[in-house]
Formats: sequence, structure tokens, C-alpha cells
Amino acid sequence: MAKLFSITIVLIAIFSAIPILRHTWVAPEDISTHGALIDEQMSETMAEAGISFLAAQFILALFIWKFSNRGPDAKIKSFPGGAKGLVIAALLVVGVEVMALGVFGVKAWANVYLDAPSANAMPIQVQAGQFAFYFRYPGPDGKFGGLRPELINEGSQNIFGLDPEHDVDARDDIVAAEMAIPVNKEVHLLMHAKDVGHSFFVRELRVQQDFVPGLDVSLHFTATKVGKYEIVCTQLCGLGHYNMKAYLEVMSQQDFDNWLKQQAGQ
Amino acid sequence: MHDTSVQAAHHAPPTSFIRKHIFSQDHKVIGKQYYALALFAAIVGMFLSWLMRIHLAWNNAAIPGLQLLSSSGAPGGVMTPEYYLQLMTMHGTIMVFFVLTTAPFAAFGNFFLPIQVGAEDMPFPRFNMMSFWVTFVAFLVLMASFFVGDGPTLGGWTQYAPLNSIGAVGGPGQGTGVVLWAISIALFCVGQLLGSLNFIPTTLDLRVKGMSLMRLPLSAWAWFITSCMGLTAFAVLMPACILVILDHVAGTSFFVASNLVLNDQVLPHSGGSTLLWQHLFWFFGHPEVYIAIVPGIGIVSHVLITNMRRPMLSARVLIYSMGALAVLSYMVYGHHMFVSGMNPFSSLAFSFPTLVITIPSTVVVLIWTFSLYGSKLRINSASLFALGFISMFVSGGVSGFFLAQPSIDIMLHATYFVVGHFHLVMGVAAMFGIFAGTYFWFPKMAGRMMNETLGKLHFWLSFVGAYCIFMPFHYLGMAGNIRRYSTFTDDFLQPLIPVHRFITVAALITGAAQLVFLYNLIHSRYWGKPAPDNPWEATSLEWSTATPPPFDNFGGKHPVVYHDPYQYGVESSVGDYLMQTSPEQVKTEHDEK
Repeated sequence: MAKLFSITIVLIAIFSAIPILRHTWVAPEDISTHGALIDEQMSETMAEAGISFLAAQFILALFIWKFSNRGPDAKIKSFPGGAKGLVIAALLVVGVEVMALGVFGVKAWANVYLDAPSANAMPIQVQAGQFAFYFRYPGPDGKFGGLRPELINEGSQNIFGLDPEHDVDARDDIVAAEMAIPVNKEVHLLMHAKDVGHSFFVRELRVQQDFVPGLDVSLHFTATKVGKYEIVCTQLCGLGHYNMKAYLEVMSQQDFDNWLKQQAGQ
Repeated sequence: MHDTSVQAAHHAPPTSFIRKHIFSQDHKVIGKQYYALALFAAIVGMFLSWLMRIHLAWNNAAIPGLQLLSSSGAPGGVMTPEYYLQLMTMHGTIMVFFVLTTAPFAAFGNFFLPIQVGAEDMPFPRFNMMSFWVTFVAFLVLMASFFVGDGPTLGGWTQYAPLNSIGAVGGPGQGTGVVLWAISIALFCVGQLLGSLNFIPTTLDLRVKGMSLMRLPLSAWAWFITSCMGLTAFAVLMPACILVILDHVAGTSFFVASNLVLNDQVLPHSGGSTLLWQHLFWFFGHPEVYIAIVPGIGIVSHVLITNMRRPMLSARVLIYSMGALAVLSYMVYGHHMFVSGMNPFSSLAFSFPTLVITIPSTVVVLIWTFSLYGSKLRINSASLFALGFISMFVSGGVSGFFLAQPSIDIMLHATYFVVGHFHLVMGVAAMFGIFAGTYFWFPKMAGRMMNETLGKLHFWLSFVGAYCIFMPFHYLGMAGNIRRYSTFTDDFLQPLIPVHRFITVAALITGAAQLVFLYNLIHSRYWGKPAPDNPWEATSLEWSTATPPPFDNFGGKHPVVYHDPYQYGVESSVGDYLMQTSPEQVKTEHDEK
């Protein structure tokens, strides 16, 4: 029974590692300027975690195989070095390993969150509400109009609660249910929730950020590849959560300019 | 530490059926009551997970009879997406609170902690009785939400604000469902606080002569550390739940910000903080992971040492490691909030302690594994589950490397990777700890042996099955499969559906394997072979008394402890071990340390 257990653990460990080594299920292609660092960090962590996982399971299997059900005459032995050696090993090997991951991981995190967006990043306001995302572009004047929550009326398509009658800046604002951005242009998302918590996740962009009701949250990134990508809400937001999706279209600058004009005309 | 004769004054042996079996103040009966509650809750929780898994794999499949549970949630037996979320919420709440907290801590701890320290009972038996009955009522209140209005809340076991506070306008179950959830959890916290208030003085004050702190068995240390965590963690969650109730019934706005709009109406709340709930919840929620797993670490250590027939490489280091896990568990709670909108510098501050927690976890695993070296390991159902625990703890633990780093969390947060990670560590590993404890202590609790063949069959089906279910979750997460969605019909996730089907089949088989355990438990309880007092040739105090233990645990004789708890591999008059109470004045090498 002990030997069967040892064999089973080894087989489970090997079968668990095969899909990782064969890259059977991997993250979608990265289309952001910051994603390479995240992917690299992921690969390094996978290597360290994978080696730890395999080593731990194999040693466990080996010791169970060798030291189970020994006869009454067998002698009890202690591992050379005892507990002190193991604690020192854990502090040195695991401590250094995970700390190195942490220190190098800061760089990837800083790229997304600690660096401020550049001055010429394109601002887009995103509003999340049960169960849709809406996107607002500032229009030709480059300014967003103010928001008045009491004016929000989805029936009359005043999604953001704008007051164009009294607010000049709001008059040329462009509101869309789809998000379009130019390729290789830094985008600065200004995010707010209308009602409850939501989240903005685009796998290919390596971007995930919660909307926090009552807070304005900011995020910036640059997409590097033209295409259409899914935006999903990952924060449980109510009965229609499963249906809260939108699409991100990354376009050439010219296509984007045309798209914006088209949206402005609607 | 003193002689326990004074404790007999706390309460006399009951004479009526009600006082003996229902409203009992005997810690052993209360332990069994907690176990029965956890067992029933586990059956309900597992049944809900079956329903969810079937729906995930075959979206439009009608589950016969499901419409009887909710005609609107499952018309014709086909689950609606929102009903899926309601079942998911109930599954998580039931398993985390009423199974993983209740069984390893409250059930085994209640039964065995007083016996392991040599006491006749806990210091506050009436509180102890109340702790169970309050927990029982908490469970009933939670179950009641299946039968009210639009059913249970669908906000997940984390109940994020402000969805948890805005009332019925938030959708199904967000009115009465949330109030019942919050009442249930607040009551549960009261029960656990009362329990912790008993566990701590039992450990510190009721130890018999000779039982120094370092002579406590590792399981007793684990329950003591867990009760310290319970005292501080549940003390935070309880008021948080009360604030949720106030937001609902008294119109306060603790967790609702100003100017939120639902159905084109500005909500009548202002000035609250969404993130406040997350801070309060996770300050409880992360220690809760360790409240579920530390008792398992203690139980597994206790079971393993007995079956290895040798002391741990260093029980002292293992105790320090459990203490370090407990302390660090509070410092790392913010790693659940990396993408929450919290200051990004805070994320880094929470990331490093999360990585540091790997060190005591690794020390624990190394001590277990390298203690096997040179041992004489006995293979039985209890030791198999203990070894399975180690394997699962490692497998679930290494995925923590990923989630501890905010840069990777951007990709993995809210995906099935997280689901795989916590199910392996605090789900399966903790359950394996419960099973190891059950097979090990059942003879003492019930006075009969469990069937070993059925126990081993249960182990193999559970061990292989659990890996088949939860390892693929990691792959799904890495591929970007987000959690809390009941359908994967879009182009991107379509290719992952076969993986979900594989997991679902594995879950159905593994779940069915638990029926083997249930049969073994019930059959052995009534028809099992009578158990001797010390069937495993173990050393701690619970094995030095009669089976099952008498009302005052030691039949009026107060044990005196002469030895460390794990004196194996020595030559003595009884075999290769020395009981803690053995009067032989043999100074062993371990004692001298």
C-alpha cells in the first residue's frame, strides 16, 4: 500500500507538470507594452514553484517507499542535520527564492501601477454598472463634462448623467458601448462604478482592475496589436454578472479617428 | 497548571436525556454535536457543488427534481445563471464556516483538548454548550434563506460591498437573503468566540501536574493557536456583519458610498466606504484560512508521529512555525485586494509578508517529510489521509507563490487558478485533516473501530479524485477562465468546456466516494469491532483513559504527566513507546531536551 501511494504521488506530480511543460493551456497572446514583464515573472514563478512542487512530492514518495512498514527490528534513524538544518535550508533557499521573486516582481507591478501615465496619454472614462460598461471620450475640446448622478437615465440614453444644456464641456462628449483605442497609443482609463463593485479585465492586455463605488480609479496601458478583445467583469456584481461583457477594438490611428467621428455623429 | 480535582465542581453528571444528549455541557458531547453538524453541512455543501458542476459542464441539462428546490431558480430543473450564483454563495459559506471551521477546530478540539491536557472539562461548560447551540441556530438561519422570498444571497461567500448593503434593489436574495446571511455569520462568530474563550483557559489553566506547555501534544497546540486566531478574527467579522444588517434595516450607510445609482434612481445612502468592508472581511478572511488549516496541521502531526513510531524532528520548531503562520496570517490579508483600488504601494507592503509566510509553511512540510526518514511508518486509513494532507498542502501551497505577487495577480485574480489554490489548501487538505482525525480518534469517540478496508477505499478514491478535480482548475485559471460565471459559451472559453466536463465527472465520482465514508462511519458506530483503550499504541493522555472516556474523562483519577507527548522508538514495558503518564522514571533523550 505504501509503495502504491509513492507511485501514485509521483505519477500525479508528473501528470500535473505535463500540461505546463507542453504549454497546453496558456494565457492568451500579450498585446500590451507592459505584459512581457508580467509574463516573464509568471514563467520564473512557474519554474520555481514547479521545481519545489516536484521535489517535495518526489522526496515524500521516496521516504514513504523506503521507511514504511519496516519490521520491529528496524532501527529508528534521524535525518542528518536534524531540524536545525531544515530550518536554515528553508530560510536560505525558500526565503531567498521567494524574496527574489518579490523584488523582481515589483518592476512588473510598477509598470502598471506606480508609474504615472504620460501627459499625452489618451483619456477614456469608463463607467461600470449593472450589467454593462460604457465608455466616454472627451470629444474635440479634449475636456470631459461633469457628472450628475441624478440625471442618469438609461431610457433617454443619458448613461453618464451629463448636463449638456448647462455644461459646455459635456456637449461634445462621445459615449459608446464599445471601447475603441488606437494601436501603440497610451490610454489613460478613468474608472468609476455607477452602482456596485465591478471589475475591468482584458486578458490580452494583462490588465485587471476593480471599480470601487465612491472612488475614481485610474489605469494606463498601451495596446500593441490591432484586433478585437473581450472585456469581462470579474467582480460579482449581481444577477446579470455572467452577462457583463463588452469589447475592446484596437485599431490603427486612422480607423480610430473614423470610428470616433462615426460615434460623434450618432 | 494544577490538579484538576477542583473542576469537578463545575457541573455534575447529567441524569435526564435532554441534559445528557441535547443541552449537554459535557465537552465530549458538544464535540460530537459539532462533528454531526459539520457532517450534515458537508453533505449539503457537497450536494450544492455537484449541482453547480453539472450546470458548468452541461449548461442546459435539466437536473431532475431541482425545480422543487426553487421553481424560479431552476424552471424545469434547468438552473438559471443567477440561481447558480446563489448556490455558489451557499456552498462557499457552508463549507468555510460550518465545515472547515467547525469540524477540525470545534469538533475535535472540544472532544480532545480537555482530555489531552488532563482536565475534566472546559472551564465554562455552559458557554461551551451555548457555543454549539448558537452555531446550530446560525446554520438554521442560513438554511432558511433557501425558503424566503427570492432565495439566498448571490453575493458570494465574501459578500462584497456595496452589493451586500443596498437591499433588494441589488437583485435576487439581496434583501432578506443578505440579512439572513449576515445574521447567520454574526451568530456563528458569537459561537466561535464562546468556543475560543473556553479553549484558551483550558490550555493555559487546566493542565494537569507535569503537563508543561512544551509537553502538550501538537494537536492541542494547534487548537490553542487557532482559538487565539478565532478570538481576534471573529471579533472583527461579527461587528462587520452587524453593520451590514444596520445598512439593511436601519438605513445606515457604512458600506455604501454617496451618489450611487440603480435603476436610474440615486440610492438613499451617503458617505460609506466600499473598501472598508473588504478590509474588515479579509482581516477575518485570511486568518480564517489558517483557522481551517492549523488544526489540520496539528491533527496530521499527531497522527503521523503515532504512525511513524518516532518523535518529530523538532516538535518545538513545528509549534513555532504554527505560531508564525498565525501571526503572519493577519499581516497578509491585503493580498486579496491587490486589484481592489487600494493604494498600489500597500499592495507591495502586503506582498512581502505573503511571500514570507512561505517560510514557516515550508518548515512544517520539511519537518513532516524528513521525520519520515528513518521511521517505521505504519500505513492505515488515518496515516494515509495524513500523508495525503502533506501532498495536498504542498500542491496547494506552491500556487500561493503566484498569488502573493501583485504583478501576477493582475492575470490570475478572480480566475479558476484561485479556486484551485484555495480548494487544495483549505478545502481538500483541511478535509484530509478531518478524515485523518476521524479514522484516528473514532475508536476513542465511539468505542468502536472503523472498517480499515472501507477507509482505504475511501482514501484512494478521494485522493486521486481530488487531484483530478482541483489540479485542472489551475490550468483553467492560467488560460484566463474567470470564476463566478455559470456559462462559458463565448468563443474564448469554448475550448475549455471539455476540461470542465472532466472535472465534473471527477467531482461526481469523488463525491460518491464520500458515501463509502458515511456508510463506514454509521455502520462502525453501531456494529464496528469494540475498540481497545489504546488501539494505535499512542502516548498522549486521551489514550490513557477508558474507551469511550467516562464523564469526568479519567474516572476520578487525575493523571500526572512525566514525559513529552511523543516518546516513540524507546524500549519500555509496554512496547516501543512510553505513555505520557507512564510512571517509569526513564529519562529519554527527548525528555532531556
